Amino acid sequence: MNIKVLGPGCKKCHETDKLVREVIAESGSDAFMEYVTDIAEIAKLGIFSTPAVVVDGQVKLTGKVPTKAQVRSWLGK
Amino acid sequence: MLVAWWLIYGRLEPFAGWLAHHFAQYLSGYNLSPGNIEHLRSTVEFFVFEAPKVLMLLLLVVFGVGVIRSFFTPERTRKILAGKRESVGNILAALLGIVTPFCSCSAVPLFIGFVTASVPLGVTFSFLISSPMVNEVALVLLYGLFGWRIAAIYMSTGLIIAMLAGWTIGRLKMERHLEDWVYKIQAGESGVYDEERKSFADRVRFGLDAVRDIVGKVWIYVILGIAVGAGIHGYVPTGYLASIMGKGVWWSVPVAVLIGIPFYSNAAGIIPVVSALIEKGAAMGTTLAFMMSVVAISFPETVILRKVLKPRLILVFTCVVAVGCIIVGYLFNALI
Repeated sequence: MNIKVLGPGCKKCHETDKLVREVIAESGSDAFMEYVTDIAEIAKLGIFSTPAVVVDGQVKLTGKVPTKAQVRSWLGK
Repeated sequence: MLVAWWLIYGRLEPFAGWLAHHFAQYLSGYNLSPGNIEHLRSTVEFFVFEAPKVLMLLLLVVFGVGVIRSFFTPERTRKILAGKRESVGNILAALLGIVTPFCSCSAVPLFIGFVTASVPLGVTFSFLISSPMVNEVALVLLYGLFGWRIAAIYMSTGLIIAMLAGWTIGRLKMERHLEDWVYKIQAGESGVYDEERKSFADRVRFGLDAVRDIVGKVWIYVILGIAVGAGIHGYVPTGYLASIMGKGVWWSVPVAVLIGIPFYSNAAGIIPVVSALIEKGAAMGTTLAFMMSVVAISFPETVILRKVLKPRLILVFTCVVAVGCIIVGYLFNALI
């Protein structure tokens, strides 16, 4: 499983990054996670409100910080 | 909850009067002239009335706007604006700028998202200008400190600047002044992301989140703004600034706007400064032009936008908005 957190570096983006990392660690998921700050990269995915979370190429959330429960459900945990 | 809000709100003024009265009685035990006591009393009354009043209004309005915003997402706004004709598009974009939730840090992705979805460049700018400038916090604060007329004029002139500046940029045909890589992007359809249906409870939660988020961030500026206002309320001889920022000084508006350009603050943060300037005799138009220029144009923002805009377009954007602020300043000074 591949998870991308996208955000050019605002406060909420960092929060999202941290939260997703935490949930992955807590749940013992083997998901691979990356934090994308490159604007061209973000735009290519068709995302224009950040933070956004993409799981296996599918946009799950844009424009807000997810809840832990949401992240867990994406991880299938 | 609304009832409780209303009950407390209605009691604020008598409470402030009562408290200030007792404060004055307490002071009369000290060796102060009656004039001094009266000044202190009115300072305390102003603060004790205004600070909770404005904060309570802020809670209510931010909650209300939060609930309205739950109906709009940047994705939906883009869908509305895509393919709109210019003039209609500019008007819509400026209005949608008020209600679409978006954080200034995603200005660039949003910009690309709009432009690649065939939202005209000028229309995109209308949105980007109106969004930070015309917002509920600024309106509540202006209303609390200077009354509803000033708030209404600020809102309408802010919208007009956003519409006309965007329209002007559209007329100038600046499309080729975007960085080339922007056009190479094959923006994927973000239709992949289906907004889940929101229930009424979700919307209320959205509103409460907005309150926590926004009021949590700006309350300190509100208190500061009102404290500054109260501190010099009837105290410092006004007119101190009148000679350089007063109505009669024709060059004060452009100078105020130029000074405001490099600075950035959100609309709430600038309010303490505004209230101090006004109390010291600066003209309303000059001060509001300054406020608009601080909020709408800033050095950090142009650095961010530089990633997608060539220098020429940045220059045009800055100039067009600055001219808009200057016109508003003169207009205000002439009207009030």
